[in-house]
Amino acid sequence: MMSQSLITMSYIVATILFILSLSGLSHQETARRGNYYGMLGMAIAIIATALNGSFNAYVILIIALLIGGAIGVTAAFKVEMTQMPELVAIMHSLVGMAAVLVGYANFMDPSATLIGVEKTIHEVEIYVGVLIGAVTFSGSVIAFGKLSERISGKPLLLPGRHWFNLGLLIAAIFLGRLFLQQAETGSGIVPLLIMTGIALIFGIHMVMAIGGADMPVVISMLNSYSGWAAAATGFMLSNDLLIVTGALVGSSGAILSYIMCRAMNRNFISVIAGGFGTASGGEAAAIEGEVQPVTPAETAELLLAAKNLVIIPGYGMAVAQAQHTVNEITRLLREKGKKVRFAIHPVAGRMPGHMNVLLAEAKVPYDIVFEMDEVNEDFPHVDVSIVIGANDIVNPSALNDPNSPIAGMPVLECWKGGTTIVLKRSMASGYAGIGNPLFVMDNTRMLFGDANATLQEVLKALKG
Amino acid sequence: MKIGIPKEIHEGEQRVATTPEAAAQIIKLGFSVSIESGAGAGANISDEAYKAVGVEVAADAKTLWKQSDIVMKVRAPEQHPELAIDEIDLLPNGGYLISFIWPAQNSDLMQKLSAKQATVLAMDSVPRISRAQKLDALSSMANIAGYRAIIEAAQHFGRFFTGQITAAGKIPPAKVLVIGAGVAGLAAIGTAKGMGAIVRAFDTRPEVKEQIESMDAEFLMLDFKEEGSGTGGYAKTMSKEFIEAEMALFARQAMDVDIIVTTALIPGKPAPKLITKGMVESMKPGSVIVDLAAEQGGNCELTEKDKVVVKHEVTLIGYTNLPSRLANQSSQLYATNLRHLLTELCPEKNGVINVNMDDEVIRGTTVIKEGKITWPPPPPKLSAAPPPQTEAPAYPSEPEQQKKSYLTPAVKQLLPLIIGGLALFGIGAVAPASFMSHFTVFILACFIGYQVIWNVSPSLHTPLMSVTNAISGIIVIGALVQLSASGNLVRILAGLALLIASINIVGGFLVTRRMLEMFRK
Repeated sequence: MMSQSLITMSYIVATILFILSLSGLSHQETARRGNYYGMLGMAIAIIATALNGSFNAYVILIIALLIGGAIGVTAAFKVEMTQMPELVAIMHSLVGMAAVLVGYANFMDPSATLIGVEKTIHEVEIYVGVLIGAVTFSGSVIAFGKLSERISGKPLLLPGRHWFNLGLLIAAIFLGRLFLQQAETGSGIVPLLIMTGIALIFGIHMVMAIGGADMPVVISMLNSYSGWAAAATGFMLSNDLLIVTGALVGSSGAILSYIMCRAMNRNFISVIAGGFGTASGGEAAAIEGEVQPVTPAETAELLLAAKNLVIIPGYGMAVAQAQHTVNEITRLLREKGKKVRFAIHPVAGRMPGHMNVLLAEAKVPYDIVFEMDEVNEDFPHVDVSIVIGANDIVNPSALNDPNSPIAGMPVLECWKGGTTIVLKRSMASGYAGIGNPLFVMDNTRMLFGDANATLQEVLKALKG
Repeated sequence: MKIGIPKEIHEGEQRVATTPEAAAQIIKLGFSVSIESGAGAGANISDEAYKAVGVEVAADAKTLWKQSDIVMKVRAPEQHPELAIDEIDLLPNGGYLISFIWPAQNSDLMQKLSAKQATVLAMDSVPRISRAQKLDALSSMANIAGYRAIIEAAQHFGRFFTGQITAAGKIPPAKVLVIGAGVAGLAAIGTAKGMGAIVRAFDTRPEVKEQIESMDAEFLMLDFKEEGSGTGGYAKTMSKEFIEAEMALFARQAMDVDIIVTTALIPGKPAPKLITKGMVESMKPGSVIVDLAAEQGGNCELTEKDKVVVKHEVTLIGYTNLPSRLANQSSQLYATNLRHLLTELCPEKNGVINVNMDDEVIRGTTVIKEGKITWPPPPPKLSAAPPPQTEAPAYPSEPEQQKKSYLTPAVKQLLPLIIGGLALFGIGAVAPASFMSHFTVFILACFIGYQVIWNVSPSLHTPLMSVTNAISGIIVIGALVQLSASGNLVRILAGLALLIASINIVGGFLVTRRMLEMFRK
């Protein structure tokens, strides 16, 4: 059995390991080691807590760990890389759920002996912890549904939705007051339950109102919430390890949300308030002109004639599972002495860094994968850009049409290069539902069809 | 429908209206294609090459014309030298003809074709709009003519183009003046530049200045205000004063440069005379003038059509068949232009053409429809030149927008800080010491998180999310603490929380590991 000081010391070690784990992610080389630090930190934390003198529920601990662990292992090895956003979303919901459960358990724990202001603060902590946990839970479940297309990706815009949210908030505050009053006398479970219901509705409503294109923001935001839920639990239990870890995760999610919002030139508040482009002023300019289709064989010729190529992947590549074919083409072109680079827009895909993971899965070397800012200035020297299943992130109207719903969003300026080849299933508009003048530009060629099938043909033509 | 491609009969014409590559594509559109034996010989394409892609080879011109629904040619129909019969008479009544026609210069030909109830599409009348660029045969031929003009000039010019300093002495670079920077002019600039010459160019249309400079050539400015752009991206006739200023510029340049390439044409008019006899005399001996406007009378007074002559020790090249002198290349491009036209004409890919007069491109190209002369078409609506830039931007200016916000930027920046400060002060006023120590830890942890996360490489954002997923499973500690509490309900809730959190921990770390294994150099 460990003394309280030893446990605290173990928690400090675990905290440091978690921080090292996150800072390891600043480079690919150190990232794997960072992950092992995280595992070690978690193991130390669990073992130290379990060795606490008053702990006696080893049977439940082992059974729960085995079942949960088995589910976790299955999920981790079965998930397709294209489904990562769904996995992340559902895991956020689990954290939210756990926070709610711990909050309830803590509230019902009869061994609590606090009095006066400390007791009130403790109850506020329980209330807030459950609130954040419930919002995280239901919001993440809806996000999971939207990402796995079980729920339509279109924003659900109820009339007067802002008033509805405000009403929910006021109700939550009122119930909080009620809860504190009743908790003085030992009851209070009813307001807590009602508030949980309200928080669940709020989470559902919040994510339902957000469009598919804003998914990267939502995912990072829920990531942040799951952290705050853990931190709130830490306050509730007076446990610094939980507070620190929750704060780390919470600020990580907050920064990711900020990065994603900046990449879409959108205000965080307006994303959360929901609906895409509903606030824009004038009519966006209509797109006129004719697209110039090419065949896979002609595409292969264009690629062979070029020296400096940039590939711009989007969510369409993930949908078509084309990343392996893309890698083969890349390898072939690199063997022929061409400069091939990948340009990744921060919001390409459905979660931050989604494209990088897909390319990594297909064994594309990470040193030829670049961020938007690293490539954008270079486009005038690029001979051919290949856009695979992306739309809004290469839309010139973001820069030159002040009425466009995505006006001001930084985009990959591929049209400044020699030729742009756009792979697209059909002439449908992107997730934001807006036309793209890139497709009708003189130096743009459209290659229609399923990205993987057409790229296979291009690959064949390149080899033949 | 059956498409026939006869051998070109114009003297010196080496091009052919289709190549095996283009023919294969045309057959895919549902047409059958036949070709007169030997039609591709001038462009080094054998009958066998055509046969290989499924093209029929007809023995002579008469059979070919007779069996074809659509005849595709390069040159306009004319008297057949061997058969002593006009090609128009070979065309079946009500047949289709696609070739260069030049309807403005050839009204007789138009009348005859009209009498045959023919439908005629003139490749020289393709409207100059961006959609029609892929079938703009004038541009593709002009490109070749511009290239070949420099090659011809080099052939007759007695020196290197590029400057060199050799052991045997210094060689000055050749100076080339290109007048008219249309497609041909730009191609000539590019070719001459590529060979190392100093290139200057002049055009009446100011919007081409950028294009010329983008080719690394010097644009000769004329200190004179007059806009030279006509409709459809072509030049128009300029005022007398302008022309005088222009001629003075050419006179000065003629004394300096070694090679002049003139490409100045105004649609439907004889070529403007830009290089006078006097200018030719003033040029250095051995200089070369290539007159790409020779067909329309020439930009130089002394040019003789289709000939190379030496006058005043200056070589004047007046070839009108420059594209034909690069027959294989120009056949390829022309054939592709024709194929694109057929694609437009046959949108259903069923081998039947539909001359849809509502389509702006087809309307412009069709000069005779079923015997009725439809030339000239209504003017195209779009000019290739961009609209002039106005000074004022179209959208509302800044001050108006600022009125809406009554908070000054300074207040806006300070407001969150003030609110945050007040909130912290409020908490500090009521909270007990134990809470404050946790709060200290919390705030410091937020700052550490902020510092650490900003350093995370954007390519690792997905692993970041999954690893934070895993470590937010630390909530398991909360469950563990509750687990030993008394009360079954509490234990069940805590057990469930433990189970759920352990999914996160194991799943999160393992999936992160799996992802990170994939990142490799």
